[in-house]
Amino acid sequence: MDLFLQLTFAGLAIGSIYSCVALAVVMIYQATDHFNFAQGEMAMFSTYIAWTLVGLGAPVWLAFLLAVGLSFLAGVAIERVIVKPVENAPVLNQIIVFIGLLVIFNAVAGWIWEFTIKPFPSLFPADLGFKSTLIGPHHIGVIALTLGVLALVFAFFRFTRVGLAMRAAAANPDSARLVGVSVGWMLALGWGLAAAIGAVGGILVAPIVFLEPNMMAGVLLYGFAGALLGGVSSPGGAVLGGLVVGVLENWVGQYVPGGSELKLTFALILIVGVLVFKPAGLFGRVVVRRV
Amino acid sequence: MDRPNPVTPQLLAAVAVALLFAGFLPHLVSDFTSFQFTQAMAYGVALLGLNILTGYNGQFSIGHSAFYAVGAYTAAILLYHFEWNHYATLPVAALVAFAVGFLFGLPALRLEGLYLALATFAFAVATPQLLKFDAFEHWTGGVQGLFVPKPEPLIEGLSADQSLYYVTLAVMVLLMALAWCLLHSRSGRAMMAIRDNPIAARTMGINTALYKTTTFGISAMYTGIAGALSVFVTEFVAPDAFNFFLAVNLLIGSVVGGIVSIPGVIFGGLFLVFLPNFAQDISRTYPFVPPPWAIFGIFLILVIYFVPFGVWGAVERAFAWWKRRPAGSGR
Repeated sequence: MDLFLQLTFAGLAIGSIYSCVALAVVMIYQATDHFNFAQGEMAMFSTYIAWTLVGLGAPVWLAFLLAVGLSFLAGVAIERVIVKPVENAPVLNQIIVFIGLLVIFNAVAGWIWEFTIKPFPSLFPADLGFKSTLIGPHHIGVIALTLGVLALVFAFFRFTRVGLAMRAAAANPDSARLVGVSVGWMLALGWGLAAAIGAVGGILVAPIVFLEPNMMAGVLLYGFAGALLGGVSSPGGAVLGGLVVGVLENWVGQYVPGGSELKLTFALILIVGVLVFKPAGLFGRVVVRRV
Repeated sequence: MDRPNPVTPQLLAAVAVALLFAGFLPHLVSDFTSFQFTQAMAYGVALLGLNILTGYNGQFSIGHSAFYAVGAYTAAILLYHFEWNHYATLPVAALVAFAVGFLFGLPALRLEGLYLALATFAFAVATPQLLKFDAFEHWTGGVQGLFVPKPEPLIEGLSADQSLYYVTLAVMVLLMALAWCLLHSRSGRAMMAIRDNPIAARTMGINTALYKTTTFGISAMYTGIAGALSVFVTEFVAPDAFNFFLAVNLLIGSVVGGIVSIPGVIFGGLFLVFLPNFAQDISRTYPFVPPPWAIFGIFLILVIYFVPFGVWGAVERAFAWWKRRPAGSGR
């Protein structure tokens, strides 16, 4: 029973990281109808920036905040400079631009920081004042921090004018433009936020999987799986989906023979399964289009 | 219905000149260069599969490395464990890849553009892990992969590399001709109708589901044959050679050559073989230049910005402009 609980708590912790990535994916999807395949590599790059700052002597929390802030600015810049020219291009062209970004971030990270595995410090103290055999301090911190971030994001969209404008721009760009919302900048802001949330995910996962340029491939895949399971049109669903996927991953790894070696295959099966049997996800809307 | 015959004398002449050139090439260059051209042609066959699927049928795949792996491993297992003749493995690799592609195409039916891209992305990312899986290790060789011999020269007097070059050339030309016939047939027009307007195509009585899955299978078959050819060339298979970056490579080659074209795959294949060496030379000489993969990524984005129709698209546009130019001008 202890093992089961340990697996479940660890699954919730890693699942909350998947939730961050899933939320980042869903944010860009809602605003632009696209999956950003470079989301994982952008988060990986942000994590390296935090690592460098820590190496320069910055306290780990300051490095975290700076890296998240820089990622936000970089996300805005990427949308303005690289993604905007293909805004109205066919889907294939846009996917290819995302893949180009993925490749560039991966290669440049390997070039600057090399492909060796690096340890990354945890944001949280090793001693939280109590002991538990069921869950480690980093995992508790991860769950608390991601829940905090998600609450902030929710409050931002629900209670601020900019959040409302962003929702309007995503839901109905033409009408939003008519009432004076700058739709283009809202998209850029969405990219910035997604990059920042992804950076949080990257920095939290780095102490668990270790820092290296390819560390996010699996995390992104699980993030996608979580987003699809919860429903790509529902941010709350995506968060829940991420948590569920994290727990499932751990259970399958332990209880299904060969499961620990085939974690990515499990993500593949999950993605294809959701797409085939419930394409809208658990909490998504079924979109009916007029032709 | 009257349609102009697509087989024009100009086309036949161009093909004849190209074949003549390709036929003499291995005698003009070193064995190593022939080997590189063989690799380029193997890539070309894979790109052909991707072009049929994406360019002509409008289905996206960023997971074709998986089908490449299926073909490569089928050939390698038959060679290593059963000591088959090299060329006998090609049809088996084709069939297995077709079957896997067709099966993957079944769920893909319900997926439109983006979701299909996502599912194939997951397939590509999961493939190396599947190939390393313990339970298959006896067959796949696990992390180490399998070593296989190079095929013996078919004709005396040719080196092994030259012989393989001719075989690959023959396979590529045959598959290009088949693709050309397919795309100029009733089925080909149905495939393109599905790409351009799926709803209208269905209204016209086209069985979109059957066409889409079959196209997925055919595309996977082409890529699987390419994978098998690549095993003959490189003489070994290993799981990490079939990672997501191979899928990206195939996509890049396809886009550079021109994704809605058949001859473009030759340019795509050449690009994939020769540009990395070139980029590596540059980044070795000038330390501040980013590594080859970053150059690839930048190149990919620039191509999409400025020449989304690729090399062959540019050739076609130039040709059309030349034909359309008013008589008497430009001389």
